[in-house]
Amino acid sequence: MAGYVKRSRQTNGHTASKGGTEESPFFKWLLITVALLFSILFLLLPLVNVFAQALSKGWQAYWTALSEPDAWAAIKLTLLVAAITVPLNVVFGLAAAWAIAKFDFRGKSLLNTLIDLPFSVSPVVAGLMYVLLFGLQGYFGRWLADHEIKIIFAVPGIVIATIFITFPFVARELIPVMQATRSEQEQAALTLGATGWQTFWRVTLPSVKWGLLYGIILCNARAMGEFGAVSVVSGHITGQTDTMPLRIEKLYQEYNAAAAFAIASLLALLALLTLGIKTFLEWKQERDYERAQRAAESYEDSTAPTSREPEITAVRSQP
Amino acid sequence: MSIELKSVSKQFGEVAAVNNVTFSVNEGELLALLGPSGGGKTTVLRMIAGLEVPTEGDIYIRGQRVNDIKVQKRNIGFVFQNYALFQNMNVFKNIAFGLKIKKWKSADIKARVRELLELLGLEGLDKRYPHQLSGGQRQRVAIARALAPKPSVLLLDEPFGAVDAKIRQELREWLVRLHHDLNVTTLFVTHDQEEAMEVSNRIVIFSRGNLEQIGTPRDVYEQPANEFVARFIGVMNVLELEVFKNVGRAGELQFPAPGYADGERIRIGFRPFSVQISSDLNQFPYQAVVRQTYFLGVMLRLELELESGLLLRSRMSKEEYANLALYDGKKVSLQIRNYRILSREHEPLGPELTAPEKSSLFVGEGI
Repeated sequence: MAGYVKRSRQTNGHTASKGGTEESPFFKWLLITVALLFSILFLLLPLVNVFAQALSKGWQAYWTALSEPDAWAAIKLTLLVAAITVPLNVVFGLAAAWAIAKFDFRGKSLLNTLIDLPFSVSPVVAGLMYVLLFGLQGYFGRWLADHEIKIIFAVPGIVIATIFITFPFVARELIPVMQATRSEQEQAALTLGATGWQTFWRVTLPSVKWGLLYGIILCNARAMGEFGAVSVVSGHITGQTDTMPLRIEKLYQEYNAAAAFAIASLLALLALLTLGIKTFLEWKQERDYERAQRAAESYEDSTAPTSREPEITAVRSQP
Repeated sequence: MSIELKSVSKQFGEVAAVNNVTFSVNEGELLALLGPSGGGKTTVLRMIAGLEVPTEGDIYIRGQRVNDIKVQKRNIGFVFQNYALFQNMNVFKNIAFGLKIKKWKSADIKARVRELLELLGLEGLDKRYPHQLSGGQRQRVAIARALAPKPSVLLLDEPFGAVDAKIRQELREWLVRLHHDLNVTTLFVTHDQEEAMEVSNRIVIFSRGNLEQIGTPRDVYEQPANEFVARFIGVMNVLELEVFKNVGRAGELQFPAPGYADGERIRIGFRPFSVQISSDLNQFPYQAVVRQTYFLGVMLRLELELESGLLLRSRMSKEEYANLALYDGKKVSLQIRNYRILSREHEPLGPELTAPEKSSLFVGEGI
């Protein structure tokens, strides 16, 4: 009996599939199981473990670890770096994406490749590049020292390294959406009297806002989480140039696992929050679209009978 | 005078898109810019709008030279080929855009948008987004948006290009009515000569950047200025004749060609209506066979093959076809009533001539 039911379901499934392009149910479930198992094992479990370890010595210890001055300094520095890096990269990203999407110029492909450089260069190498430029032995080191400007082993170095690492996120998200926005829409705005600036704010930016937000979110997540490049340029001065990732590393090396995990949990929480915002934005966009769609359909329903009416009377009046 | 172009040229790098074009548009006129693609008509429209800058020459709108006036200040309404509606704004905001930019009061904006929604039959659609509209609705929104700030000129780039054939016909009639109601000077670009003939007061014909002729639909059809116009507007049979002793010959067809030297080759053209057919094989001088009949509604188009193998196109009404008892493969006799000597492209055409054959049934050329 059960076997019969199962088989009938299968045939149903087959009639619903498009001309046999669908995989067999066994294969489908195998894929789903593998994907789920892997994400639980390698993504979810470690994340849960971070929180479990952070709270292993109770809430009191957790709170102490976070409110300790050095930890607090690291949190503040991380937020400061993100607060400087993200807006700058939004401006750079917009400018670069605009240039690549809307203009043809010499060096366009070079710019396009350069944007991807931070993705392909190891973060450690990125950090070293700046040490070689701005460090005491670097090209500008002597001059900077003479003018008492400190970049390497100080906050400016951390900011510069973070800008480098997070450079591609905004631009890469924006270039495809900007290319998709037809420049005709912008020309239409011009014919309606809008200045270039008004056109940018009212037409270009709104049409790329989702791409931009997504880029900002990714950029922010990376800015707060970057370790390698920042580690090279920071100098690890406790309470001064330690960002949260560096602080976590240091505490862990000092066998203070609970405190390390406490800050790690906070960083993870920020990441989760970022993901949460991203999901919310996507959901909101979907909802707005569906609402508009539903409004359109209900309009169709309400107007359909009236538009049909004259036809009927015409038929009646014919004989 | 609403718009005037004086010796306007436009170069795109090495390519001359528009060559020394001069014409003027009267206030309230509905003018078609017609020509094959690449003819320069869209460039002319965009130069009037201010979206392109002429390389040479002057453009005047209502007497004011606008060469150095930016697109924002020209007070024109422009409708793009693909409408270019703002995807992130609903219909109301799209139409209100130009008014907001011009800092109208919000109550005035509302009133003006309502007025336009009504005028263009878009009531109830104000909250919809462009992707939820049909092609025809999108076009009307685009026109409403262009009209909202009360432009002195409405410019439309291939306004019927992006909709299917049936809606096209409705939109044409609708545009004529709209123009009649608003009486705003309107220029539209099209590559479809039928569309230009049907919709406009006057037609400007372009080819390869040159202005070939400007005139009413009837003018350009009946008095084409040159071979290009004659062949582009309507259907035309074109034959190449070799002249010998003041008579041009192509196959068995003969036309008087006085004044041409022996051995010279000239081209002549005649409309399908000029081919007169009889089922009496002795009535007209040439014998032919009906090869193919195309039904075009009330009218029919016939392809006739002469004994020498020349193919001619003819046109007649259903009644005529029935009276002559024609069918594919039937033998007929024919004559050509009126023809033009086309000589060479861009040269003025010779006047229309009447063939001297025994044309007892001569009737003036119809359209």
